[in-house]
Order: sequence, then C-alpha cells, then structure tokens
Amino acid sequence: MSAERITEIESGAQGSPRLAAQGVSVGYGGRSVIEDLDVTIPPGVITTIIGPNGCGKSTLLRTLTRLLKPAKGAVVLDGEDIAGLRTREVAKKLGLLPQAPVAPEGLTVADLVAKGRHPHQSWLRQWSSDDAGVVERALAMTGVSELADRPVDSLSGGQRQRVWISMALAQGTDLLLLDEPTTYLDLAHAIDVLDLVDDLHESGRTVVMVLHDLNLATRYSDNLIVMRAGSILAQGHPRDVITAELLDEAFGLRAMVIDDPVGDRPLIVPIGRTHVRLEQVPRRNVQVRLG
Amino acid sequence: MSGTDVKPSVAPGVRLGQVSFVWRPWLVCVTLLLAAATFLVFCLSIGVGDFPIGLSRVIATILGGGERVDKFVIMDLRMPRALAGLIVGIALGVSGALTQSIARNPLASPDILGITGGAGAVSVFLVTVSGGTAAAVVSAVGLSAAALAGGLGTGLLVYFLAWRRGIDGFRLILIGISVSAMMEAITTWLLVTADIKDVARAQAWLVGSLEGRSWSEVRVALWCTLVLLAVVFCVAFQFKPMHLGDEVAAGLGVRYAMVRAVLLLCAVLLAAVGVSAAGPVPFVALVAPQVAMRLARCPTPPMVASGMVGALLLIGADLIARTALPITLPVGVVTAAIGGPFLVHLLVRANLR
Repeated sequence: MSAERITEIESGAQGSPRLAAQGVSVGYGGRSVIEDLDVTIPPGVITTIIGPNGCGKSTLLRTLTRLLKPAKGAVVLDGEDIAGLRTREVAKKLGLLPQAPVAPEGLTVADLVAKGRHPHQSWLRQWSSDDAGVVERALAMTGVSELADRPVDSLSGGQRQRVWISMALAQGTDLLLLDEPTTYLDLAHAIDVLDLVDDLHESGRTVVMVLHDLNLATRYSDNLIVMRAGSILAQGHPRDVITAELLDEAFGLRAMVIDDPVGDRPLIVPIGRTHVRLEQVPRRNVQVRLG
Repeated sequence: MSGTDVKPSVAPGVRLGQVSFVWRPWLVCVTLLLAAATFLVFCLSIGVGDFPIGLSRVIATILGGGERVDKFVIMDLRMPRALAGLIVGIALGVSGALTQSIARNPLASPDILGITGGAGAVSVFLVTVSGGTAAAVVSAVGLSAAALAGGLGTGLLVYFLAWRRGIDGFRLILIGISVSAMMEAITTWLLVTADIKDVARAQAWLVGSLEGRSWSEVRVALWCTLVLLAVVFCVAFQFKPMHLGDEVAAGLGVRYAMVRAVLLLCAVLLAAVGVSAAGPVPFVALVAPQVAMRLARCPTPPMVASGMVGALLLIGADLIARTALPITLPVGVVTAAIGGPFLVHLLVRANLR
C-alpha cells in the first residue's frame, strides 16, 4: 500500500517536540494514579507506552489527549497549554482513538469515516468536496474502500479497527494517539493493524499508543515509555530499554531478551514456571526463581 | 492497493452558497412523506365530528379561505384540539429521539426516565388532595403548569442521581425506572385514598387526552415547543459525533458534557410540555423515534422524522379513538394499544440477537 500524506506537516514542526506533559499529577476521584510526571513525545516516530496493568499508561494517554484533566501540571501541545485551547482547535491537531469504541448498529463505514471531518466543519458548512476527498483517501489508505457501504457492525474485528483508524485519519491530524488499538484482535489482525500504524508513521505522522503485548511494542516502536506505579521507569529506543533487568523491575517478569531472528529489535522470551529447559536459562534467572 | 481501483461511495454533498450538507435522498423523501401524511391526518381529524366537514373544505379554511360556518367550527372549536395533538406529538417524538440518542439505548424514553411519572404524580396530588394550598396552586398556575414542574423536577432528579463523573446510559435508565416506580406508587396511593369523584377526574387526566383543549393552553405549549426545537436545531450539529461515544466525540472536538446537558434538558422540557398539554400519553416518545429510524433507514433516531412520526401517531390515535370505536376513548388508550405490542416486538428482537 502506498503511504499517502493527508495533511502536510507544518514546516519546522518536525524537529521540536509537539506534545509534552510537564509535572502532571492525575487521579480519579481523589485516588492519585500519576504523580508529578514529565514526558516528551518525540516528533515523527512511534512512541508506545507499556507497563503492568493499572500502572497508569492509559491514564497518561488520556491526559495527553485532554480526556483527563491533570490536577497539577500541564500538557503542552505545540508550545501551548492544552487546557487553554479550544476543544475544536485541539481536535484539528491531535487525533484520538479510544479503547474499543462502539459504532451505532447499522452505521456504514463511509459514514463513520466521514465523522472524522467534524472538527473541520461548522453548522452551515457540514459537508464540502474537500471532506469527500479526504474521506476517500482515508478509506483507501487503510484499505477499507471496498467496505465503504457495509455496516461497521458486520465487519470482523480487524477490519473494524482499520475503519476506526481511518476515521481518525480523516481528521487530518499528524499527531495520532491510539489507546490499545489491538485489543480483542488475534495476532494476525494485530500485526495487520500495527503495519497500518507503521504506514501512518512512515508518511510523517507522530504516533503515540498504549500496547499490552511487549514484543509487538518492541517490534513496532522507535520510542518506548516503560511505566510502573504511575511513574516512568525508562524511556528510549527498544534496543536500549528492553533488558531482562528492566522487565523484572517493571513487570516482575522473568524473561530472556534475545536478538529477534527476523527483526532488528530485541525479542522477549518469557520464562514462566513450566515447560522450560533449565539449562537454557541464564544462571541469574534460575537464582531468581530458586531464591 | 492492487490494480482494482474502487471509488468508495462517500455520501455526496450539496452546496447552496456558503451552506453545504450531506445529501441523503431517502431520509429527505421519508421525512417529506411523513409531513404530508401528518398534514392529511391533521385535516381529517379536524373534519370529523358532529358537524362533518369535507377534506377540501378543511384545507381551504386552514389556508385562509372557506365559509364563515366552517371557519368558526374549524378555527375556534376544533383547531386547538388538533393543534395540541400536533404539538404534543412532535414534542414527544423529538424528546424520545434525544433521550434515546443520548443514552444510546432505545429504552431510554421520557416515560422511563421518570418525566411522565413525575408529572402524573404532581397532577394527581393537586386534583385529589382537597386542601386549601392545592386548590390555590391549581387556580394560580393551572394544572398544566404544575404538571410541567413535576415532570421537570423528576427529570432533573433522575439526571443528578445518575450523574457520576458523567452520564452513563445504562445507569440513567436504571435510576429512571426506579424513580418512575416511586412516582407511580405515590400516584396509586393518592388514588386509593382520595375521594371517588376526584379519582375519576385524575384517572381521565392520567390516561392522556386531547379533550377540551383551549386556544390559550395550546398557545403556551406551541411557543414553548418552538423555542425548545430551535435550541435543539442549533445544537444538533455538535451532537452528531456523540453517537460514537463520549471519548470519540471528545477526540473530534465536541464539548460533550455541555452538549449533552443542554439537549437532555431540552428533552426533559419537551416531554414535560407535552405531558402538561395532553397528560402522560404513553409510548409515543418511545415508539416514534424507533419507527422513524426504521422508515428512514438511519442507524440513529432522525430528529425531524421522529417528530413527524410522533405527531402522526398521536393525531392518528386520537382520530381512531373518536371514530372507530362505539365509545369515545382518551387518546392514551389507543397509543398504548399500538405502542405496547411494538415495545414487545423491540424486546423480542433484541433477545433474538
């Protein structure tokens, strides 16, 4: 598939960070989830937030998209505090795909993707020829043009996720935040969706996502943010970040990190308790287990 | 992609100067047909009575012509009733479309959200409690206004009870059902303990009726409804992405909490206006948006078509109640007879899925 740019990146924006959190503390109803956290999202690459369940990775993503308001600190988008921007202005710069969204029964793919144009429309100008063009290109880029007339609920999970990404793409932002885009997908469809995400990145977009699967995160991201208990444990390229020690510290996971036989990234091999040939496991890990 | 170049069928747009919108011919045709059918039944309803008037004469009189006798019978005697049916039908239909869209659930109608129950309880209280204060209230503001306040109060109570860091459709429905049940219990208790003559009056009001409407009552309902529909019309554009859920809507630049609060308030007020003008006519607000959705082949309740179906259903039911049966029935009996089976049909279909 040829990666096609729907929006031109503003010149000069490539080098400087577009999105950053500065000293944010976020919580739900008095319970603090994230405490005084700083993070900068590098432009033009795929950043993936990983961490154990309940570590605050979705909370961080939701804070970066303004779905959650930080109790302290600020999220800065293109040099401005996101809390001071108009909701529509944010939507023109930053596309968001929440976890497992649900479309009304019977809504067609074309109509769903067309909803992505909303931030660019007004009460009087509800549909222009520009909109039609952008929607057609978004459908084509995500490979769902043939499905345009089908109801979204009649599609398979993988197709459905492509359609939702297509909607976020029709929004025309070069900053995309995806909350667990591979939830409920089998491995083949997960790979398919992440290849699509990589196409978006190749066409110049900055992508931030939350993923559960560590090996998929390692394979598809250029920048990993590893979280534990509401703070950032490590951040950087998977080759620099992913080590057996870090996995133990962040997840309490005993694993070996080896070279990926097909990729240029590390591969995580979890050890677990059974079906393991002990002689293959490094001494350090065996000691962890016996101790 | 591969060599096959498929042109996706993105909805075509229409442009009139600065204004552009999506062209949906089927929805427009269905809405126009519904409007025409509503007008026809409206005129038929006016023509029927002890002094029958033909359809052509009714239309001529409404359009400003006609004979003097026709004019008097139509404009002074029958118009308020027919107009009340039209207004209440539209108000209930749009109110139902709004609540069902906001809760993303076809069961979330004003009937279930406590609005009708609250209006009923307040009215029955005022009719049956023969105290100085109650009589004073009725004479001061009228039963309709008191019912309006009751409906509005209950609707807001349900909204605030259901509020927990935002509104969840399912929670709204559960709390609505609970509050409605409480209101019905109060109504029943009042009816059991009250004087038998008052009970008959209260019962007649509770079923819902268009009997004996006056121009002054209709005028108030008309203006309230027009203002509320104008607000809904203005906010409708911001509401469109909310069918995809709060978070998607937020991502698309919608201030969803505010839009939802405004529209839910409009829905509660519309239902309360409808109930205060015609009594708690059952099922119209529940059924009209669902019928409109299926006729217009829309995935979500279409606002204008829902109002049209509501009006058609209410005026049609009133016409049937007055003509097809040997005794004249209140309109609410007929809408319940149509609406009840439809609700069962909806539930059975949902179960089969």
